[in-house]
Amino acid sequence: MRTARDMGLVGCTRCMRVSHSCTQICPRCGSALQSRDPFSLQKVWAWWLLGLGCYIPANIYPMLETRTLVSTQSDTIVGGAVTLAQHGNWGVALIILVASVVIPVAKFFALAGLGIGVWRGSRLSERQRHLLYEVVEYIGRWSMIDVFVVAILSSLVQLQALATITPGRASLFFALSVIFTMLSAQSFDSRLIWDSARRPDRKEDTHP
Amino acid sequence: MRQRAVCARCHTVLIAPRRKAGKQLIALALTVLILIVAATLFPFLSIGAGGMHHDASILQAAFVFEGGLSVLSIAVLFFIVLIPALRLVLLIYVLAPIIRDRPPAPLARSAFRLSESLLPWSMAEIFAIGCAVALVKLSDLADVVFGPAAWMFAVLVVLVVATDNLMCRYSIWASLDE
Repeated sequence: MRTARDMGLVGCTRCMRVSHSCTQICPRCGSALQSRDPFSLQKVWAWWLLGLGCYIPANIYPMLETRTLVSTQSDTIVGGAVTLAQHGNWGVALIILVASVVIPVAKFFALAGLGIGVWRGSRLSERQRHLLYEVVEYIGRWSMIDVFVVAILSSLVQLQALATITPGRASLFFALSVIFTMLSAQSFDSRLIWDSARRPDRKEDTHP
Repeated sequence: MRQRAVCARCHTVLIAPRRKAGKQLIALALTVLILIVAATLFPFLSIGAGGMHHDASILQAAFVFEGGLSVLSIAVLFFIVLIPALRLVLLIYVLAPIIRDRPPAPLARSAFRLSESLLPWSMAEIFAIGCAVALVKLSDLADVVFGPAAWMFAVLVVLVVATDNLMCRYSIWASLDE
């Protein structure tokens, strides 16, 4: 496939305009133009590490603190889901586990896999990796749902002595983790996938 | 720039993608802006259990994080109210001169670029699904009733998604190009 780069052109990732490869700033929308972002992987890994660093305290500290007449209860993300499951709410418990544990963990693995794939080649095809990247970028923001649920529950359940819910420290760490992984996914220059997929025939080309 | 296809017999406009879509987008954006203001101020959900009663608005939901967590209040307010509203204001600013066939407004390209880069951070629809999850969690423990803002928010979310789908980014960028 002929790419813009082969033809001495560079496409703007923001407004789709095509310019000559020596252009530095897109004449239409003013974004910085780069055929490939040379610092893409560094940025991906930096945000990835920050995101992972915040995801650990997000699971250790309580997400919700519930005070009722008889008891005070602090729930971590997993603890809250387990409590729900014990009360028979399997469906909600499953939604919470998927949204706050399965998806974030899968996202960390997927981003790391994409980064490593660019670095030293991948067993997945170019198309599969593009699909993986699109899914990761699309799904990233949906993890914020847990933070919103905490906000809604805590603002609503303010029934004085009967029951009050307050947000726990984990909510901040969880939100930060989601934001950092979103930034990590956005820093990934998906055009690098094409280069790593092409690498074998490039080597042949450079042989005299 | 000003191409359109008109029926030779009855003069009905057949193709004018840029103009039509632009007007509809502005109408949608204005509707959503009004709904955002109203949905933020009216009570959103109310809860009743054991003779006690409590209302909560979207602003109260955002400002529930206190003390060390108050940064999160600001972030939530941006994600569910300010960023969606700002994107609509920018869209109206960019489209208003275009649909009247005037030259683009000053800084229109930067405005549209900002609006596009804010897209992943506009999370109104995620908040709406969050409400559904919260309702299911509470349904066993208490009676939860939708307030007027909840219905406005439900309409708003559909319109926000419709706005993003109706918008032809290619034509808007093309019309901003000289």
